[in-house]
Amino acid sequence: MDADTLSRLHRRLEQEAEQADLVDVAYTTIDSPLGRLLLAATPKGLVRVVYASEDHDRVLESLAEKLSPRILRAPKRLEVVAREIDEYFAKHRQSFDVALDLSLSRGFRQLVQTHLPEIGYGQTRSYREVAELVGNPKAVRAVGTACATNPLPIVVPCHRVLRTDGTLGGYIGGLEAKTTLLNLEAAA
Amino acid sequence: MDMKQPFEKVVAQHGATVLRVCRVILGPHDAEDAWSETFLSAMRAYPDLPETANVEPWLVTIAHRKAIDVVRAAKRNPLPVEEMPEVPTTLGIPGSGDPDLWAAVGKLRSKQRQAVAYHYVAGLAYARSQRSSAAPSRLHEGQRLTDSRVSERTIRARSRREHQHERHPKR
Repeated sequence: MDADTLSRLHRRLEQEAEQADLVDVAYTTIDSPLGRLLLAATPKGLVRVVYASEDHDRVLESLAEKLSPRILRAPKRLEVVAREIDEYFAKHRQSFDVALDLSLSRGFRQLVQTHLPEIGYGQTRSYREVAELVGNPKAVRAVGTACATNPLPIVVPCHRVLRTDGTLGGYIGGLEAKTTLLNLEAAA
Repeated sequence: MDMKQPFEKVVAQHGATVLRVCRVILGPHDAEDAWSETFLSAMRAYPDLPETANVEPWLVTIAHRKAIDVVRAAKRNPLPVEEMPEVPTTLGIPGSGDPDLWAAVGKLRSKQRQAVAYHYVAGLAYARSQRSSAAPSRLHEGQRLTDSRVSERTIRARSRREHQHERHPKR
């Protein structure tokens, strides 16, 4: 079977499905200094950033269940996000101005994740400080969980949250990735 | 799998099969239109598909329907082209209608004309056409008067049309 024909037909489907408002979740994968990233977006905004350490197929199945099975590989919707992430790693960008869709998170976790972008480029906060920031100073552990379950790492900067004693704490993409991001932002 | 797969997986797994189905019914160009229509339609309906449903036959059914739609649309909308393709005419060649012959037939008395018609159009043998209304002499006479340049095919065709007209005068 003609692979070129099928690729061409797929591209046509991406375009026509987008025009018909059928693409509930569009996704693509990009290369980065931290490995291959999967990016997914609903019409509302960026909904998922996934490190290579997570099984991308499993993540897509999870999205099919939680959001909608109308998921299509459709890079066009992720074009701006992909470019901004490239710019970030190239140190040409310090904040992201893309629309975010935090509907995969609920309650307190969503609240924390909404506030994390308030921690500026090159800065850090402790879990305790973030708890105070969101008005719930006792919920230090819950802040930790909110960071660990952040569906939008890199773009929503959970990597800027450390333990009070200055040690790294945890990170979805692994501690090496967290270090890389902090070093990237710290360098002049 | 109990959970519904992402639609992207459906396209990846069945795209080739759907293209084959469309190509069987249509040419390679129209097949692509039908393919697109199929997957758009499938994507629209996908959230309502039961999780236990067998996706491939469902898709093939849609593909078949979309391909037939393309065939029907093509029949209704002839494609404008620079040059018409060469096909044999069904109208006959102008000026080859044996006008002299028809003038001669027209001059026959009606029973003679009938005999000629029965003989050449109804294919009745001489003997039977004799039994039907005309005497053999009438047939011979009719044949002689119209000469032997009877175009059998022309008479048969004309008779068929007139016969149809009699049965269905409104046509």
